[in-house]
Amino acid sequence: MDAPFSTPVLEGWFTLDQREPHLLGARCASCGTYYFPKAIKFCRHPDCAGETFEEVRLSRQGRIWSYTNAVYKPPEPYVANEPFVPYAIAAVELEKERMIVLGQVAAGIGVDSLRVGMEVELALEPLDDGKLCWKWRPAQP
Amino acid sequence: MSKDIAILGVGMHPWGKWGRNFVEYGVVAARAALADAGVKWRDVQFVSGAATMRNGYPGYVAGATFAQALGWQGAQVNTSYAACASGSQALAAARSKILAGECEVALVIGADTTPKGFLAPQKGERPDDPDWARFRIGITNPTYFALYARRRMALYGDTLDDFAQVKVKNAEHGFDNPNARYRKKFSAQDVAASAMVADPLRLMDICATSDGAAALIVSSLDYARRAGKPDAPRVAAISTVTPSFATDTVEMPDLATDSAVAAEPQRFRAALPRKAYEEAGIGPEDVSLAEVYDLSTALELDWMEDLQFCPPGEAARLLREGVTRIGGRLPVNPSGGLACFGEAVPAQALAQVCELTWQLRGQSGSRQVQGAKVGITANQGLFGHGSSVIVKR
Repeated sequence: MDAPFSTPVLEGWFTLDQREPHLLGARCASCGTYYFPKAIKFCRHPDCAGETFEEVRLSRQGRIWSYTNAVYKPPEPYVANEPFVPYAIAAVELEKERMIVLGQVAAGIGVDSLRVGMEVELALEPLDDGKLCWKWRPAQP
Repeated sequence: MSKDIAILGVGMHPWGKWGRNFVEYGVVAARAALADAGVKWRDVQFVSGAATMRNGYPGYVAGATFAQALGWQGAQVNTSYAACASGSQALAAARSKILAGECEVALVIGADTTPKGFLAPQKGERPDDPDWARFRIGITNPTYFALYARRRMALYGDTLDDFAQVKVKNAEHGFDNPNARYRKKFSAQDVAASAMVADPLRLMDICATSDGAAALIVSSLDYARRAGKPDAPRVAAISTVTPSFATDTVEMPDLATDSAVAAEPQRFRAALPRKAYEEAGIGPEDVSLAEVYDLSTALELDWMEDLQFCPPGEAARLLREGVTRIGGRLPVNPSGGLACFGEAVPAQALAQVCELTWQLRGQSGSRQVQGAKVGITANQGLFGHGSSVIVKR
C-alpha cells in the first residue's frame, strides 16, 4: 500500500512540496496563455495555433473571487467519512495568470472566516480518503 | 426575406417526479401540440428531437424515438444534444429546414426522466474528464450557483432576502400553472428556514430535477397563412452561440477559468441574448416578458442584467420594486420558472418557448402578462452551451 498521505488525488495536478506547494499548469509558448489543469495539446486562444507548452508552477497566492461550502456529502467519485463534515470552497483569482481556480478551503476554516478579496495561499491536505489535495487557506503573515 | 417561422401549436406533459418512461411524456406533449396546431401527425415532415443522456439509446436518438412512438410516417428526423440548450438547438434545426425550403411543418420535442438527488458524473476513473475531476475533489453543481450568488452579495450588496424574494415571486407566478410541479406559495421565512446547501444558497434557492416534456409545431409563414393562422406567434431569433475566449467566470464543470493574459475576459451569459437581439433586430426595451433559467434564485438576477434589462448590480432593485412580477413593467418567469418546474433538461428550453407562446396569444389565464408582444428566453448549460430565443407577435 502507498504511504497514505503522499498519494495525490489527481496525479500531476500539483507539486507535493508540503511547505510551499504549487498547482502545475501549462503555458503556451506562442501567446503566453496559462492552463489548469495542464493537460493541453493545442492552445485554445482562437488566434493562436500554439502546440508547444511548458509546464509551469502557478502562483500559490491569490485573492478570493467568491466562496461557498458543501453542507451535504457530494456523490461519487468523492469519498467522504461518515458522518460527513462540511468543508468550505473558494474560487481564487491569480493575478499573474489572470485566471480563477477553485478548490476546497483547508479543514476547520468555515465560510464565516472568509470574505471576497481576502488573500489566500495554497496548502496540501488529505481528503477523507487520505489522498492529498490542494486547498486554499488564509495567507500566513 | 423574413427569417421568421410560425409557432402553430405548443404542448406539454406536466412536470413532476413521475418515474415513467420519458417517451410517454413526449407523446403526450406532441399530441397536445398537434391538437393545438390543428395539424395532423401525418402532415409533419420533420421531427427534431432534443436528446436525453439519462435514458439509454432511445434517449440518444430522441427524434427517431418519438417519431416511432407517434407512428412511423416517413418524416425526416434529427436529434440535437446541447445540454440545457438542446431544445433550442432542435428548434434551430427545424428552422433551418423550413427556411431552406426542405420542409414546411415540423415537430420539435424534448422529454426527460430524471434520477433522484445530485446529478453525478458517469462511473469509472476518468481524471481527464473535467466533470469527473471536479466531483472527485468535491465540487458539485450548487457550488457554482453559490459562488455566483456570493459574488453578487460582495459586489452589489444583494441580500439573502433578495434571493428569497425571487423564490416568493416565482412561487406566486407558478401557483396556478397546471404544468408546474411545485404549486405552493412560499414566504421569505420559508426560504430562510430551509436547509443550507451551499452557503449562501438554501434548498429553496436551488431548483430540483424533474420529469417532463414539451413540444412545438412550427412551420413556414406561408404554411401558417394557408392553415388560417397568419397571426401565430413567430420565432424571431434563436441564439446558440459559444462562449468567447477568455471566459470571465468559472463555469461548470471547469475548475478554472481561461487565463486572460492574451485576450480580454468575456461574459458568456451576456453574449447569448446579445446575438438574439441582433438577429431579431430589437432591443431589451422592446421586451414584454422573459423566461430565464433560474437554476438558483440569485441566477435570475444575473440573467436580468445579462438580458440588459438593467445595468450590472441593479437587478435586485428592479425585483424589490416589483418590476419583474406579473403586473410589473417586465415580468420575469411568469410560468413560475425552474423554481416551480424543476429542470427537465431536454424539455426545458422548449417549455420556455411554450410559455412565451401562450403569453403572446393571451391564453395564460391568471398568470397572463397584459399586452405581451415580445418574449425572450435565456438558458445556459454545461460545456459552453446556452441559448436565447425571441418570440414575437
